[in-house]
Amino acid sequence: MQWGVGTLSQPLRIAIVGSGPAGLSAASRAAKLGLSHILLEKTDHLSDTIFKYQKGKHVMATPSQLVLRSDVDFAAGKRESVLDTWDIQTEANKVNVRRNAEIKAISGKKGDFTLELTNGDVVKAENVILAIGTQGNPNMLRCPGFDLPHIQYQLDDPGEYIDEHISVIGGGDAGIENALGLAADPEQRNTVTIVNRGPEFSTAKDANVKALLAAQEAGRIIVRANTTPSNVEPGFITFDTADGEVRVKCDRIIARMGSAPPRKFVESCGVEFASEDRVSYPKLTPTFETTSPGIFVIGALAGYPLIKHCMNQGHDVVEFINGNTDLKPADEPILEAKFRDLPGKRSVDEWLEFLRSNIVILNDISPLQMREFMLDSEARAYRKGETIFVRNDPGSSLFGIASGSVLVQVDPADPNITVQIETGLIVGEVGLISGRRRGATVIAAEDSICVEVSRSAALKLQSSVPAAKRAIERISTERQLLQMFGSGLKSEDLKEVLDGYEILTISAGKPIITEGEEGDDIYVIRQGSMVVEKAVGGKPVFLNYLPAGSYVGEMALIAGGLRTATVRAAIKSEVIKLQGPAFRKLLAAKPQLLDKLQKDMASRQDINAFIEARKDSFSGVVDMYSNVANFLVENGIGEATDVLLIDENLCVGCDNCEKACADSHDGLSRLDREAGRTYAHLHVPTSCRHCEHPHCMADCPPNAIHRGPDGEVFIDDTCIGCGNCQRNCPYKVIRMDSVPPKKPGLLSWLLFGKGPGPGEPSKAWSYANKDPAEEKPKKAIKCDMCSGLEGGPACVRACPTGAAIRVAPEQFLTVARLEREDR
Amino acid sequence: MASEAPRRAMQTGRVRSDGAHDGFLRHNNFQWLKVGASVSLAAILAYLLIDVQPRPNGGSWYGYVLGTAGAGLIVWLTLLGLRKRVMTPGAWSLKAWTSAHVYLGLSLIVIATLHTGFQFGWNVHTLAYVLMMFVILSGIFGVSAYATLPRAMSANRDEMTEAQMLESLRAIDRQLHDAAQPLELRQAELVRSSLEQDPFGGSLWQRLSGNYPDCETRAAQAAVRTENAYKPKLGNDPLEKIDGLLARKEAMLARVRRHLRLKALLEIWLYVHVPLTFALLAALFAHIISVFFYW
Repeated sequence: MQWGVGTLSQPLRIAIVGSGPAGLSAASRAAKLGLSHILLEKTDHLSDTIFKYQKGKHVMATPSQLVLRSDVDFAAGKRESVLDTWDIQTEANKVNVRRNAEIKAISGKKGDFTLELTNGDVVKAENVILAIGTQGNPNMLRCPGFDLPHIQYQLDDPGEYIDEHISVIGGGDAGIENALGLAADPEQRNTVTIVNRGPEFSTAKDANVKALLAAQEAGRIIVRANTTPSNVEPGFITFDTADGEVRVKCDRIIARMGSAPPRKFVESCGVEFASEDRVSYPKLTPTFETTSPGIFVIGALAGYPLIKHCMNQGHDVVEFINGNTDLKPADEPILEAKFRDLPGKRSVDEWLEFLRSNIVILNDISPLQMREFMLDSEARAYRKGETIFVRNDPGSSLFGIASGSVLVQVDPADPNITVQIETGLIVGEVGLISGRRRGATVIAAEDSICVEVSRSAALKLQSSVPAAKRAIERISTERQLLQMFGSGLKSEDLKEVLDGYEILTISAGKPIITEGEEGDDIYVIRQGSMVVEKAVGGKPVFLNYLPAGSYVGEMALIAGGLRTATVRAAIKSEVIKLQGPAFRKLLAAKPQLLDKLQKDMASRQDINAFIEARKDSFSGVVDMYSNVANFLVENGIGEATDVLLIDENLCVGCDNCEKACADSHDGLSRLDREAGRTYAHLHVPTSCRHCEHPHCMADCPPNAIHRGPDGEVFIDDTCIGCGNCQRNCPYKVIRMDSVPPKKPGLLSWLLFGKGPGPGEPSKAWSYANKDPAEEKPKKAIKCDMCSGLEGGPACVRACPTGAAIRVAPEQFLTVARLEREDR
Repeated sequence: MASEAPRRAMQTGRVRSDGAHDGFLRHNNFQWLKVGASVSLAAILAYLLIDVQPRPNGGSWYGYVLGTAGAGLIVWLTLLGLRKRVMTPGAWSLKAWTSAHVYLGLSLIVIATLHTGFQFGWNVHTLAYVLMMFVILSGIFGVSAYATLPRAMSANRDEMTEAQMLESLRAIDRQLHDAAQPLELRQAELVRSSLEQDPFGGSLWQRLSGNYPDCETRAAQAAVRTENAYKPKLGNDPLEKIDGLLARKEAMLARVRRHLRLKALLEIWLYVHVPLTFALLAALFAHIISVFFYW
C-alpha cells in the first residue's frame, strides 16, 4: 500500500519525524499494522547519526539483557551492515519514507496536526512522533545569499575538490579540520580561506590551532579573524572585516558554525521540558506522550541514547497510538529480575508504585520516569543489623529507604553511637555530592528495603525533578554539617543556621574569602576544592589545600578582625555559605563545637606561622613550594583524587611505566609519560587523575564508567566505543583502541627474539598478527589504577628509579612537603 | 587539618604513598646502602681476623664462603633484567630492586676482591674478576648518569615530547621548502643541502658528544646570514624568511641533538654493562668448573 502525505479531509494517522533507530522502528511498526503514516527524514539517507559514523565503525548493541522488540533487525556489527539491514528492511516493510524533508514547524492539535516542511510542502497527520535525536541542526548562514547551492554544511571528502576557491566559515575544530584537509595537498591547488568571528580560535583544540597557524605561515591557508560573511553571490563572497568590506572570489562555502540543540524547536511545538537544566528532557506520560496531546517523543530526545531502547520505543509508541495500552514495556523482564529477591509478592508496577510513594525524593516523578529510574538503580532488602555501606568505602550512589530504618555510625571510634534515619529518607548522599569516600558506616536498624540510586540516575533525577533536587540539597547540607562538626550536634540545633544557608557556585580562581576584608560567614566546601593563600612580601604564598568536605572562615568568626588569608577555588566548586550571626549563636549554645573550632583554628594558625617564619629565612624554598602547588592546581590536580606524577630529577626516560601499564592491561598503555606539563622538574604525564566528578562519566550512553572499590574511575565491558568520554575529558587521557593480539611469552622474546617484547606492540605488529576471523571493536581505554592487581599501580611498581609516584592532592599539597624539602 | 575529609585510611589493603618520595639511591632511608656496607665491613673484619693458612686463598673455607656469596650475588644481580620486564602482580617495587642492585653490586667489589686473596694471574679466574670489575665500573657510570642527567633532559625537553620535536623540525623543513622556491639557484642549493642532510646521522661519537661539525643547516644559515646582513631589510625578501627559518631550524636541531645526546648517555653504558655481564657469567662458570675439576 502506498500512503500519500495526508490531505485536509484525510490526515495520516501518524507522522514520524526523524529516521534514526527510533523513527525507523516506529515507521516499520506502523507499516506492519497497516496504519497510514509517513517517515520524514531531513537528509537524503536514513539514520543520519549512524550514517555519519566513520567508515567501518563497530556499532554495539547494549544493554545485552534487553530484548529487541522491533520489526527492524539490529545486532552489533559494522556500521555498513547495520545501515544496509535497515535500508533493506525499511523497504521490505513498505515504509512510506520521504527523504530531504525537513520540518520547519508543527501546528494544530491532536487529530489535526500540520507539519510544514522547509520546501513549502505540508503534511497533515493525527499524531506526530518526534524522534529527532539530540544532534540538532547545523547553524545556517544568515547573510543574503544564504540559500545558494554552493553553500554546504558538511565536508565528506576533502580530496574531492580541485582548483577551487573555498571559504570555510567557523573557527571551531570542525572548521579548522576541514580547512586543513582542503589545503593539505598542494596538488589540489585549492585556495582555502578560513573565517573566524572572534580574534582567536578559542573553542578549538590547541593542536588544531597550531596546525592552522603553521599552514597560514606556510601560505597554504588564508586566515581571516574578526570577520563575518555579509553577502554571498555565485562565484564571490563578501566579508565584513575589521577594516571594512572585502569581496573575494569563492566557488564553494563550507559553513561549520556549530549546531543548535533541538530543544527550541521541540518547545515551539508546545512541548514542555522538565526543567531549565541543560540536560533536561521533555515531560512524558508512560505512553511517551508529551504535554501537547498527540505529540510523542521517543529516542535520544526522550533521554534514551542507546539504539535498542530507541527501537523498542518506536515499536511501543505506535502500539500505544494504535490503542494497545496493555502492552508491557520491553524492559519488564529486567525490572522483574531486579525485584525478584525482595520479600513479599508484588508485580513490577506495584513495586514501582511502592518505592515511588514511600521514598520522599521520588514522590514527584512520573511512572515512566520511575521505570527508567529503576533500570539504573537497584532495590535491595536488608536484614536487621546488615551493613549497607562501610566508612571510607568509595561510592557515589545514594540510598533511599523505602521501608524500615537505618542506623548511621557517626563516630568511627565507637560503633554504638548512631543516628537513626527513618523510612522515606535518604542516606549516602555525601558520596554523590562530593565524589569522595563514604563518611560513615550505615547498617539496617530493622528489616528494611532500600533503593540504591546510581550516580547517573541521581543526577538525572535531580535535573528532571526540581523538588527532588531541593530535598537532596537540604538533607545533604544538614548531614554534611552534622558530620563535619560532630561535637554532639543534633539536626534540631542546625535549624537556624540552615534557614539562612546558600549554595554558591564558584568558578575556578575566584575567591570566596579575600585577605584583609571583613566578613564572618563560614563556608563549607561541598564540591571541588579550594586553595588558601596569604600575601607575604607582596606575593601570594600557598598555605593549604582544602578538599570538599572542609570548612573555612572560622578565624574571623571566632577571633574577630579581618580575614587573614585568601581562599579561592582551585576548580569550579560549590560552597555552602552559612550566615555568621546564626553560626555565632550556635557556637554560644554549643561550647563543645566552639572548642573543636578553636582547636582547628590553632592548627591552622600554626601553619600560617610556620610558613611566615620560613619565608624570612628560606624564602626561595617557600616560593618554590608555592609555585609548584599553584602549577599542580592549574593542571587539574584540584579535582583529582589520585594522580600520577613524575619527578624528572629521577626519570631516565626508560618508559618502563608505559610498558608495565601495557603488560598489565591487555597490551594497551593508558599513559603517555612524555606528554604533559612540567614545572620545576615535576611532570604531570597524560594519565587519568580520577577526578572527584569525572567529566568522562557525564555523557556515557551505556553508563559504562564507574568508580571502583579503590576510588578508581574505570570503564567496564559495556563500552560501545562512541568516544564521548574521550571528547569530554579535559586532560585527554582516554584513547580509543582495540586490544592487540596476544604476544609470545617473555622468554621466547629474550631467547629467540619472538614477538615485540615488553610493552605495547607496534600498530604494524598488531596488524600483521591479528586473527582475521575476529573483529575487535575500538573501545575507550583509560587508567583503572590497576584495580584488582595486588601491589597496586604497575606504573609505580615498575619505575626503576622511583620517579613515578601516585598521590592524592591533599596529601601532596601539604606543608609537610615543605618541611621535608627543607631538610 | 581542620575537617579532614573522611578518606585517610584505605580499607582495601592498598598502600598509599604519603606524597613523600625518594629516588632509588635514597630508597627506604638508604636501607640497601646500610646492608651493603655492613656486609662489606663484616667481610673485611672476618678477613683480618681469620688466620687462613698458608695464606688467604679462594680455596680456603673462608674463600669458599666469599666465593659462594659472590657467585650468588652475581646471578641475583643479573636477574634485575628479568624483574624489570615481567609485570607480575605482587607488592614488589622495581625501585627497591634497583636500590639493592646498586648497593649490593658495589659490595661485590669487597667480597670478590677478598675472595681472590689478592692472588692474580693470567688465567680464567682473574678474567672473571676483571670482567666483574668492568661490569661494576660501567654500573657506577650508569648510576652517576642516572643521578645527574635526567634533570638536564627535563630542562632541555621543556614540555615537548620527542615526537613533537621531530614534527616541528619537519614543519620547519616544509616551510623552508616552500619559501625557497623563489630563490636563485645558488641560494636554493644552500637550503637544499640543509633539507637533504640527515641531521642526526653521523658517528656514535657525534651522538655522545653532541658535536656535529658537518651540519649543513649551520653552514647554510651562516652563508645566508652573511649574504643577508648587508642588505636593506625590506620585509619582502624571501631570503629574510629563509634566514629566520634556518635560525629556527638550527635552534630546534640543537635541542633535539641535546635530547638525543642525553638519551644516548643514559643508555650507552647498558651496552657495556649487559654484554659484559653475560661474558662475566660465562667466565664465572668456567672459573667454578675449573676449580672443582682441578680440585
